[in-house]
Amino acid sequence: MSKPSLLETAHEKTLSCVQCGYCLPVCPTYRTTGRETHSPRGRLNLVKMAAEGKLPLAELAEPIDLCLGCRACETACPTGVEYGRIHAAASHALSEVKRESARTRAVRKRLLASLLPFPGRLRRAGHLLWAYQSLGFQSLARRLNLLRLLPGNLGQWEAVLPTVPSPRDRKLPRFLPPRAPKRTGKAPEKRARVGFLHGCIMEVLFHRVNRLSMELLSHCGYEVVLLQGQTCCGALHAHTGEVEMAVRLAKQNILAAEQGGVDWVVSNAGGCGAHLKEYPLLFAAEPDWEERAKAFAAKVRDISQLLDEAEEQPAAKPMREVITYQPSCHMSHVQKVTEAPRKLLRRIPGITFREMAYAEHCCGSAGVYNLLHFEESMRILDLKMESVRDTKAAIIVTTNPGCQLQLQMGIHRAGLDSSVRVLHLVELLAEAWGIKEA
Amino acid sequence: MYGKINTESLNELRSLIRDEKRLLTGPADRYSYSYDASFGQFLPDVVIQPESATEIAGILKWANRHRIPVYPRGQASGLSGGCLPVKGGVVLDLSAMDKKLEVDAEDLVAVVSPGVLTARIHQAAEAAGLMYPPDPSSAAVSTIGGNLAENSGGPRGLKYGVTKDYVLGLEVVTPQGEIIRTGGRTVKNVTGYDLTRLIVGSEGTLGVITEAILRLIPKPPASATLMAVFDDLVDSGKAISRVLASGILPSKMEIMDQASMEAVEAYRPSGLPLDAEAILLIEVDGHPAAVQEEIRQAGEICRNLGARSVQIPETSEEAQKLWQIRKLVSPAIARIKPTKIAEDATVPRSQIPAMFARLKEIREKYRLHLVVFGHAGDGNLHPNIICDERNKEEMQRAAQAVREIFEAAVSLGGTLSGEHGIGLMKSPFMEMELGPVGLDMMRRIKEAWDPNQILNPGKIFPEPGQRWVLET
Repeated sequence: MSKPSLLETAHEKTLSCVQCGYCLPVCPTYRTTGRETHSPRGRLNLVKMAAEGKLPLAELAEPIDLCLGCRACETACPTGVEYGRIHAAASHALSEVKRESARTRAVRKRLLASLLPFPGRLRRAGHLLWAYQSLGFQSLARRLNLLRLLPGNLGQWEAVLPTVPSPRDRKLPRFLPPRAPKRTGKAPEKRARVGFLHGCIMEVLFHRVNRLSMELLSHCGYEVVLLQGQTCCGALHAHTGEVEMAVRLAKQNILAAEQGGVDWVVSNAGGCGAHLKEYPLLFAAEPDWEERAKAFAAKVRDISQLLDEAEEQPAAKPMREVITYQPSCHMSHVQKVTEAPRKLLRRIPGITFREMAYAEHCCGSAGVYNLLHFEESMRILDLKMESVRDTKAAIIVTTNPGCQLQLQMGIHRAGLDSSVRVLHLVELLAEAWGIKEA
Repeated sequence: MYGKINTESLNELRSLIRDEKRLLTGPADRYSYSYDASFGQFLPDVVIQPESATEIAGILKWANRHRIPVYPRGQASGLSGGCLPVKGGVVLDLSAMDKKLEVDAEDLVAVVSPGVLTARIHQAAEAAGLMYPPDPSSAAVSTIGGNLAENSGGPRGLKYGVTKDYVLGLEVVTPQGEIIRTGGRTVKNVTGYDLTRLIVGSEGTLGVITEAILRLIPKPPASATLMAVFDDLVDSGKAISRVLASGILPSKMEIMDQASMEAVEAYRPSGLPLDAEAILLIEVDGHPAAVQEEIRQAGEICRNLGARSVQIPETSEEAQKLWQIRKLVSPAIARIKPTKIAEDATVPRSQIPAMFARLKEIREKYRLHLVVFGHAGDGNLHPNIICDERNKEEMQRAAQAVREIFEAAVSLGGTLSGEHGIGLMKSPFMEMELGPVGLDMMRRIKEAWDPNQILNPGKIFPEPGQRWVLET
């Protein structure tokens, strides 16, 4: 058996695993399958075996594909194994040798290659979705049971998509001035200028969250600019091995931030923010770009961090609600932002904040995992919903669009549509702070 | 000596398992059950995830008919190779047998299935105002079945003893496939031989534990922690002996040397004094008033014996953080180099300073990364050699150092292993401690229980001419 060269650097990295097993309790797929084969320790060992030529590469396909890539194991790992990079290398090596399933090909081609990188096409997709939802097609399609004709599990997703505002209402301001409440009577000396990234899917499905994000930042005393020339962050491309496209998108965003002349680059999507912070990894072969990517990454903040650190926050009105929080995996394990959202939530007067069991376990959304591996993803989601149910929360707060959609699906599957809401952290804060889309 | 699994015997095995999904034969699955937290790797032929004692009994009868070795396994966090399938055959993955966890606050017992994680037992006991004292650092990942088989210890061993001190009864499948019960639900029980104690710590060579009745005690109402920083490792050893001689019995007394502090700092910066040679972490528990007085006294003793500083965290959260750090040391030290030879040689308390001095000599003599941390208070040290398997010359030095560590421990009146077990890693040194007759008496017990050598062969007992794993 020849040694797959693509795995050489990955092999070196697997050597720092001492197989202590501290990663096992945090791995969602180990929990659902009960098999070492689908645990971080198991996968690292398999990559090592394949790299050493002891196991055919093809044997890695299932364990590597079924990994969510949530990277909770990296946080748990005492020896600092770079699981994410090893997993990415293994996925890449596999993509060279195996034939993709029709489902994977469709997601790659239609979604990743032809839609997400193109703001114009995304906008038009948003128009189409609005037309479908608002002009009576949706109820017609549901009545005629046409949705079962959709490929794969798309019919089930249709039911949980948020209502998209009309094209006229889907516009973000290019600039918002700082509007700190004047409780202290004096304005902060220097206003930080933040560049806002609206994301791709986020802007189509959760335009409202974007709009509110800009408002909240402005009300917390930041000068907010919508970065011009920005595009999709490219996280999904990088994770599915579309390296060229990932690099192209990264360059475009770095340029947009440089031209914006901003102090911070802010994202409201945990997964996107994580990838933005990892841009330098894309440019190992281009030192000048690597430097620019490092400067860019140093400016990337999650919106919760900026809101939490703001010297002045709008006064919150009491909310008598029980809430729970589903952290975005990449926000926790890559950006390492875990406290800021919780602090903001706890500061809302009257709120009862209950941590759910296994909060650190992924909800099963994981980029396009829930499209590619629907059944596995739903098994993980159903367990997540049991934890949610135990908290008796009426609101699940998230910080990432993928998680938000997935949890919406979870509520639907658990039959909780009428009693539980999923909100982005920004939406809940806007509600508490009395801030409207303006 | 052993048979090979063929289509016919495999089909027979399949018929014993209700659900096909719990019998794994694919290459990826087999490789995933070929290791533990030590460094051996052996490929099993089949992995089974059994659900009941009856199923396990059937598997063992099958194994005796076909002469196939069987290896019980929990979550493979062991450091001595205890669950490795060294002769091929069947791995029994008991981690999925985790359904039963009943706490009986009147009888002060917990009844558990073998796959229950030790940390879950801690939580369930605490919820009832009770405590299950044994607390191996891997409690969040280790199964109670593994703890029982290896007779695990942990920091609290100093005051509360180890796993064997908290087992009242067991359900066991014998190597020949019969289900027996040992002991019961009472603290006192002298009916016949104490098979419970024989099985606990037998490293999966005498039976498969399928249920255990554990003894619980009331949870102490208060605790307090201190951290003492020493510029000299041997001084810290003297402080340990002096505290223990002063009439205080701490619940935990742990040591971390410079290299272990550096490793944890790299993982989770916590402001440890990296320029010091050692820190001691001491916890006392009991009545709130007594706890305050004892921790003050212990701090004073440390200062008198040369501690550079003594800190007493004010909140229990801060204290918990220190203990969290301690739990991470064992794996974290592998940041230095990839191969970690984790030893747990143990000496009587009075010999702790002498053992520290010997370890310092060994480190210098063999020019090795010899990291020392562990349960200082009960003499259960963890000298870890951090090396690189691929460097043959270094491995030779490591092998000699390991032998000298064992010789030092035994000559100071101690033992090869305080809590990790002999497994595969230490069997060549058994005779050094037990003598030929002592070892032979153990072998006779094994032969009486397991005449066909089906259950976990290749462990505890050295084979003729067997050398230490990494010696070439």
